[in-house]
Amino acid sequence: MAKNLIEFQDVSFAYEEGATVLEHYNLEIAAGSFVAILGHNGCGKSTAAKLMNGILVPTQGKVLVDGIDTADEDTLLEVRRRVGMVFQNPDNQIVSNVVEEDVAFALENLGVPPEEIRRRVDEALAMVGMTEYTTHAPHLLSGGQKQRIAIAGVIAMQPACIVLDEPTAMLDPVGRREVLSTLTQLNRELGITVVLITHHMDEAAQAQRLVVMQDGVIRKDAPPREVFQDVEGMAEMGLTVPETIQLLDGLRKAGIDVPLEGLSVEECADELYELMKK
Amino acid sequence: MEPIIETKKLTHTYSAGTPFEHNALTEVDFCAYPGEYLGVIGHTGSGKSTLIQHLNGLLKPTAGEVCFQGEDIWAVKGRARQVRFQVGLVFQYPEYQLFEETVYKDIAFGPTNMKLDKKEIDRRVRTSAEFAGLSDDLLQVSPFELSGGQKRRAAIAGVIAMEPSVLILDEPTAGLDPVGREEILDNIRQYHNAKNATVILVSHSMEEVARTVDRITVVNDGILPMTGTPAEVFAHDRELREMGLDVPQVTQVFRALRERGIDLPSVYTVEDAVRVLRQRLEAAPC
Repeated sequence: MAKNLIEFQDVSFAYEEGATVLEHYNLEIAAGSFVAILGHNGCGKSTAAKLMNGILVPTQGKVLVDGIDTADEDTLLEVRRRVGMVFQNPDNQIVSNVVEEDVAFALENLGVPPEEIRRRVDEALAMVGMTEYTTHAPHLLSGGQKQRIAIAGVIAMQPACIVLDEPTAMLDPVGRREVLSTLTQLNRELGITVVLITHHMDEAAQAQRLVVMQDGVIRKDAPPREVFQDVEGMAEMGLTVPETIQLLDGLRKAGIDVPLEGLSVEECADELYELMKK
Repeated sequence: MEPIIETKKLTHTYSAGTPFEHNALTEVDFCAYPGEYLGVIGHTGSGKSTLIQHLNGLLKPTAGEVCFQGEDIWAVKGRARQVRFQVGLVFQYPEYQLFEETVYKDIAFGPTNMKLDKKEIDRRVRTSAEFAGLSDDLLQVSPFELSGGQKRRAAIAGVIAMEPSVLILDEPTAGLDPVGREEILDNIRQYHNAKNATVILVSHSMEEVARTVDRITVVNDGILPMTGTPAEVFAHDRELREMGLDVPQVTQVFRALRERGIDLPSVYTVEDAVRVLRQRLEAAPC
C-alpha cells in the first residue's frame, strides 16, 4: 500500500466566532496521487486545503504531513517544505518584477546557495514550460502564465505535494488547459502529489481520485468515472457532471441503452460511435 | 434595427510613447442591439476588458468613437458620465468593491448619485435586491457578513439599481459552484426579460455562453474576428482553439463523430445533442 502523505485524523475545525466547518473529518492522501476535491461554495474544501500545510490548524484532531503534526510550530517549516500551495488569484501571489526572481523568492529566504537556486529556478521554469519568459515582467503575462509561474515557485521548493485552491477560476480556456496539463505532467513525471480543488467538472474528471464534499462532510470518494455516473446524486449536492455524461444520461433517459462511462470527449464519442455504426 | 451601443473604428493604445506601447484594440466596430443578449468571448489579454470599459466611458478612445443611442459619448462634455447610468458595468469579482455599512446603502449608492428621491431609491434598492436574488432581511446587514455568493449578488444589485438599459457583466459566475452559477444567470435573465434590457455577458465558459446568449462576439488580439449566433461561431472550432478559446464539450463530441464518418450537424448544447441523437437512433431500424 502506498504511504499516506497527508492524513486528517478525526479533524474538526471552526473559525473563531463561526460555525463548525469540518467535523470528525477523515481523509488520507496517498503519496504520488492526483486527487480532486469538489463541493458547493462553503462546503469546507478551501478550509481542508489550508489545513494541509498548516495555514490553519485543527480545533480538534490532527493533520499529519509525512507523519509530522501540522500543529507543532517547531516543525511547521518542514510541513511547508513538503506541501506547497497555489491560490485562485495569480495577481496576489506574485512578489517580484522579474519572473526568475519571483520563482527564486522562497529559496532565497531559505538561504539556499546561489548556484543551487539558479539550477532549481531553471528546472522549475522548464517544468511549467515558461523558460522563454525567465527575464520577463510577471504582470505582463497572461493569467495562465502567471499561475504557471506561481506553480514554478512552489516546485522550486521541491515539495512532495502541491495543493491548488481553484487555480483556474480566473483563467480563459487556454490558461485552464495549460495549468491542467502542467499538473498532470508534474504528477506523472515527477511523482508530485497533486490536490486540486475546483468547481470545474471537466478538470475534476482528469484526477485519479475524486472527493466530493457537502457541508463539511465527504459524500463521495472514488475515481471520477464512478462518481460522475451518479448524475442525480451530484445534482442533489448542487453539483453537476461533465457535458459528455449529461449527453449520455439524456440518451439513457430517452430509453437508449448506452453506458455512462464516456467521460472524456474521445471516450464519449467512442460509445456513441459503437451505438450509431450498427 | 439601430444598435443601442456601438463603437466605430475604436482604437485604444496603452503606454503610448513608451517602449511598451501597444494597441489593445485596433479599429474595432462593435455593436449591440436593444434587448439582445450578447456574449463576448476572448482569451486573457485579447482586449475584451478594454472594449467593455469603453462602452460605459471608463476609458476614452485613442481614436474612433463610442456611440450610445447613435451619439458619440465623448462629443459633449459630461455625456460620458450620464452614459454610465445607462450602461451598467459589473466588474470581475465585484464583491471586492462593496464598501458601505449596510447592503442597503451599498445598493443605494448608484441611485443616490443619480440624485433620485428617497422613495424612488428605496423602490430601486428593493427591486434590484430581488432581481439579484437577495432576501429583504439581508439589506440591513453589513456586506462583510455576507457569504461570497451573496456579496456578488449585492454588487450586481448595486448596478441593476441604476436600471441601466445596457447591463454588462464581466465573468459574473467565476468561482461559483454550479448551482450558484445557474442562479446568477437566472437572475440576469429575469432582469433582461423584465426590462427588455440589453445584456452583454463576458465569460470564459463556452458551455455557459452557448446556452445563454443570442449572439456571440469574439475578441482576439484587439480585433473582432467573428460575430454570429452560437451555432455560427462554434462551428469554427479550429479557429477558436487557435485563439485560445474552445467549443463546448458536446460540440467536440459531435466533431469527433463526424471525423469518424458519421453525418451530424454541429450542436452546442446538451439539449440539442440529445435531441439530434435520439432522432437518429430512434429512426434507425434495430
